[in-house]
Amino acid sequence: MTADFTRNHFDLLGLPVAYAIDAQALERAFRDLQSRVHPDRFAAAGEAERRVAMQWAARANEAYRTLRHPLGRARYLLGLKGFDTGEDSNTAMPPDFLMQQMEWREAVADARGSRDREALEALKGDLGRERHEMQSQLARALGDDRNYDAGCSLVRKLRFLDRLEADIDDGLEALGDGP
Amino acid sequence: MALLQISEPGESPAPHQRKLAVGIDLGTTHSLVATVRSGAAESLADAEGRVLLPSVVRYGPGGVLAVGEAARERAADDPANTLVSVKRFMGRGVADVAKYGALPYRFVDAPGMVAIETAAGLRSPVQVSADILAALRERAEASLGGQLAGAVVTVPAYFDDSQRQATKDAAKLAGLPVLRLLNEPTAAAIAYGLDHGSEGTYAIFDLGGGTFDLSILALTRGVFEVLSTSGDSALGGDDFDQAIASHWRAHLGLADASGRDTRRLLVTARRVKERLSTEDAAEEAVTLSLGQQVHLRLTRAEFEEITAALVQRTLGPTRKALRDAGLKPADVDGVVLVGGATRMPHLQRAVEDFFGRPPLKDLDPDQVVALGAAIQANALVGNREAGEDWLLLDVTPLSLGLETMGGLVEKVIPRNSTIPVARAQEFTTFKDGQSAMAIHVVQGERELVSDCRSLARFELRGIPPMVAGAARIAVTFQVDADGLLSVSARETTTGVAASVVVKPSYGLTDDEVARMLREGFDHAGEDRDARALAEQRVDAEGIVAAIGAALAADGDLLEAGERADLEARVAATAALAKGTDHRALKAAIEDLNRASEAFAARRMDRTIHRALAGRRIDDVAR
Repeated sequence: MTADFTRNHFDLLGLPVAYAIDAQALERAFRDLQSRVHPDRFAAAGEAERRVAMQWAARANEAYRTLRHPLGRARYLLGLKGFDTGEDSNTAMPPDFLMQQMEWREAVADARGSRDREALEALKGDLGRERHEMQSQLARALGDDRNYDAGCSLVRKLRFLDRLEADIDDGLEALGDGP
Repeated sequence: MALLQISEPGESPAPHQRKLAVGIDLGTTHSLVATVRSGAAESLADAEGRVLLPSVVRYGPGGVLAVGEAARERAADDPANTLVSVKRFMGRGVADVAKYGALPYRFVDAPGMVAIETAAGLRSPVQVSADILAALRERAEASLGGQLAGAVVTVPAYFDDSQRQATKDAAKLAGLPVLRLLNEPTAAAIAYGLDHGSEGTYAIFDLGGGTFDLSILALTRGVFEVLSTSGDSALGGDDFDQAIASHWRAHLGLADASGRDTRRLLVTARRVKERLSTEDAAEEAVTLSLGQQVHLRLTRAEFEEITAALVQRTLGPTRKALRDAGLKPADVDGVVLVGGATRMPHLQRAVEDFFGRPPLKDLDPDQVVALGAAIQANALVGNREAGEDWLLLDVTPLSLGLETMGGLVEKVIPRNSTIPVARAQEFTTFKDGQSAMAIHVVQGERELVSDCRSLARFELRGIPPMVAGAARIAVTFQVDADGLLSVSARETTTGVAASVVVKPSYGLTDDEVARMLREGFDHAGEDRDARALAEQRVDAEGIVAAIGAALAADGDLLEAGERADLEARVAATAALAKGTDHRALKAAIEDLNRASEAFAARRMDRTIHRALAGRRIDDVAR
């Protein structure tokens, strides 16, 4: 018999199904749940209980990981509302966003090419501010506006930013690991 | 006992119920065992009062086995049969071992993992490690006066799946009841955090004999949460010895030194390195195998110059761990030094410069890992005292993925995911009527399969005939609390269960472990049946007590018939535990485990319902 996995992440952690989240309440709920189901609590128990504990602890980790990050939370919430963010299939983007993306990409490539740590750090800072702005928009779209189509579009944009940041991090890593 | 504590938090077991539990640090250069006595963790010494057991095993002619100091004394004159730093070979193939340079061993490319030809026959690194662990188990049993109920064995945080599996196999071979594999820096954090009542963000800088780990942890009241970990499982104090030895070889014209002389140079290099932590220069005289005497000297300045690159190599993983945790060096509230190699002054300076604060080194860097493991073992086995209710959340150090078209890696579980973790990925067929699919599991951060470590190859057979792209193959990765991966695959549209064949690319198969287990008992002349019976009895006692407590707490979750059935099986197991048939006992335990699965699941559901209900009451109260 497998554990009852039908509860959604919000329910599992006893939180309202909403994008706006109390980060401290989320963390508290996660730790409370994990302290009850973690395999460390069952290390001396029978095999069956250890297995069930592992499934639930993995489930709790998944719920926490998804809800903790704004992008993951938005994507999951949209999924619950029946909206597919289409991040892999839908690549249509407004032209001004695409323009800006291209500029960013060039700037990152230049900074990586010239091994310019400061420039990469600066770009990372800019990206952080842009992300912050988009997250505010996302909060409005998924909150009072209930504009889920706009939410999907913002999730796709944020995904772009994430990829760009990974690119910057790779560049920084290449610099940092050198002799 | 763990079950009782769920219903009665903070209740500590009666003194006579305390179970014997130990933590073991299986190190590259030395190993040790610790336990918790009277509420404090302490290392256990051997009959001569020594705590550190050199991780050296000698397999002499005629089946002579020596472990520890006795073996180390022979390292210089019998290098080929005296195996040191074998931890570096765990879960590794011949190609991996080649990068350690000239070693005085006869390596054999055994299937799965490298093996070493000795005067006593072929030895796998797993068997060598098992001999070290068995010595520590015997020490602990003699010191504590009884059979161990549980052990926590530490591994470098950056160990990959094959290295972890090899360590777990070694513990099994050594007859240790393994409760958990624990990451070394995390163990150090437990010892440090509980000792100092620390809160905040800590970096654990752990440079051992052969491995380097850097873990970032958030310590809050009762929770040790690993935010990220990074490292280099082939960088340690040994490399500093090698650097000194190469320096001498180059400057004294000893380029073609024999195996014995190589070992002598390394032993001397290690002594000189240790002296240079407090002295400005050191010199030692060594007589080489041809009778020639050489004076080996080194100043601290020279030492720092020839090892500067090694020190720098620690900073790359350090940056990576910080970046993965989303932190800057200044965000770290404390840096804890672990591992004997962190005694080197220039390394300490480099760490201080990087973090902008002096590192913490008030706990013995050689013992802190074993002490932390002992504390964890004590808690896991059920000896938790009231107020000792802490939670440990660790992560997986390397990304896990699958090979896709074109030799590319599709990551399924990214590095630094909190464990345990389970995630599924869907794949489909490439050709019409395709009935089988090869699944290649890899670990690493690179995009190309060839740059990652191959963990296993599976073949999923029996896929029903469908057009290309119609089948839905769900491949599920599951990493348990030991950081060990298991992979399963099934076709979801038809629900047809397909078989999975596992061929480990590195590491030993279950059959090999079973064979070594048999050989080990023959070799040690131990009574295998007696040992097996003792182990099964410990298991039986545990499960009988656990289910008894579970029935007392939540027996109402079962129908009368179900309860009677479970109770009958408990009684049967308890009766067999009084007998001497270990095979029948093992079967009864397995049967009991199976029979209690549904009950375990229902109990966990109740726990979660109560947690949710409790939280709602909290919310109302607030």
